[in-house]
Amino acid sequence: MKYTDQHEWIRLEGDIGTVGITEYAAQQLGDVVFTELPSIGKILTKGAEAAVVESVKAASEIYAPVSGEVIEINAALGAQPELVNSDPFGAGWFFKLKVSNSTELNELMDESIYKAFTENH
Amino acid sequence: MQNTAQVANTVILQKTPLHAIHARLGAKMVSFAGYEMPINYPTGIVAEHQHTRHSAGLFDVSHMGALEITGDQATQLLENLIPCDLKEMSIGQMRYGVFMLESGGVLDDLLITRQKNGYLLVINASRKDVDISYLKYHISNHADLKVWEEPVMLALQGPKAAQVLSQLYPEVIDMPFMTAKTFGTSRISRSGYTGEDGFEILMNAIDGIAITEQLLNDSNIKPIGLGARDSLRLEAGLCLYGHELTESITPIEAGLAWAIGKRRRQEGGFLGADKIMNQLNNGTIRRRIGLSLLPGSIPREGAEIQIPNGNIVGYVSSGGHSPTLGHPIAMGYIEETYAIQESEVAILIRGQERKAKVVKLPFVPHSYFKSKKEDK
Repeated sequence: MKYTDQHEWIRLEGDIGTVGITEYAAQQLGDVVFTELPSIGKILTKGAEAAVVESVKAASEIYAPVSGEVIEINAALGAQPELVNSDPFGAGWFFKLKVSNSTELNELMDESIYKAFTENH
Repeated sequence: MQNTAQVANTVILQKTPLHAIHARLGAKMVSFAGYEMPINYPTGIVAEHQHTRHSAGLFDVSHMGALEITGDQATQLLENLIPCDLKEMSIGQMRYGVFMLESGGVLDDLLITRQKNGYLLVINASRKDVDISYLKYHISNHADLKVWEEPVMLALQGPKAAQVLSQLYPEVIDMPFMTAKTFGTSRISRSGYTGEDGFEILMNAIDGIAITEQLLNDSNIKPIGLGARDSLRLEAGLCLYGHELTESITPIEAGLAWAIGKRRRQEGGFLGADKIMNQLNNGTIRRRIGLSLLPGSIPREGAEIQIPNGNIVGYVSSGGHSPTLGHPIAMGYIEETYAIQESEVAILIRGQERKAKVVKLPFVPHSYFKSKKEDK
């Protein structure tokens, strides 16, 4: 699993990357009440706005950790947006990307660096 | 992920006397009106909101201002600023009021309690400085103004509030809504800003810390942060200064005509009376409304309100998720012509039109205490 400095995570299986937000981010946001997910087939470039997560407090943008095509979205979040809080690394995932350039993953943080990053924030 | 909320500049924040208690309870602290205040505790805003609606929530509102105005001319001086009928108030009665400006706008909204020698005013934290300058200017040396230094102010709100507080102060149980009593150096009123039955308590810091600890020992009570305070008052359809009320919104536009005493409407004699009386007689060009949306994205402050022909006819002043109703709600200002209950409008959220219905306020019915006498 890799992490961005905007608190997204991506898990790569083959050339398919699953994207979500970290537990740290979910805690900072508080109760998530709505998510706006990208449409399937959308081509995202690394860093592009991909989704929106709304908590009771505020709306936040989710950015694509790497470039690729959206091939699946987590429909369960429609009825249960609270999955983002209760299981951010599992059932609370946002979307899956067919990664177009896997070398972009090398620019992301691994777990120990991300952990240090959040501790300094 | 990036939060769209503004990150506050680093400033030295004031702390309320209950700060150490918030820290011990694991509160997430934020900057609010110059104070470091709890936005929520570890269970989160929605759980706190629900707890207040179903049991009792304890809020630290010590950042607000408490002022006392005394002297023979206090009533007359305050009636020039506040359009309530202060003359008819008996000791212990409370009113919701506004500090008026010559323009008809509102400097702040407040609670006024008639006391033996004058009035107790509770004002918004964010408006303390401007309110005090305004009072000093208008009152000059014709009345005495005392500002409570470092008070503890608590709000205990919810259906179990009376039962719980009566264990410490038995007499509170049958206090009518919008009345206050003095207990030694402390003042307790049956009031609040959540739409629930409840109390507000004003006391010195030492007593306030002790009472807070005692109340928190009761398993019916949970501490509640500013996040749930906002969602509760939004559901209750209550104005928040800086959002529904500003220096350029009149109390009539804000739907607060009820806060202007009957005698005052006839006599005038307060700042901005010409404008207010004109609006009472001839109507206003915009009005505060409630907006209800189906589950989905949340309208936030500043979002524009659109009618089917594409014209922008208003804006959202506060919006959020309603934990009680399970969908987004908002308040806003709209041109009078479109302030029709059950009519459909659109709210622009991130460039997309979201359907919304104009609804009556409050969103969630108030459940204020009704004493037996009132039931007749």
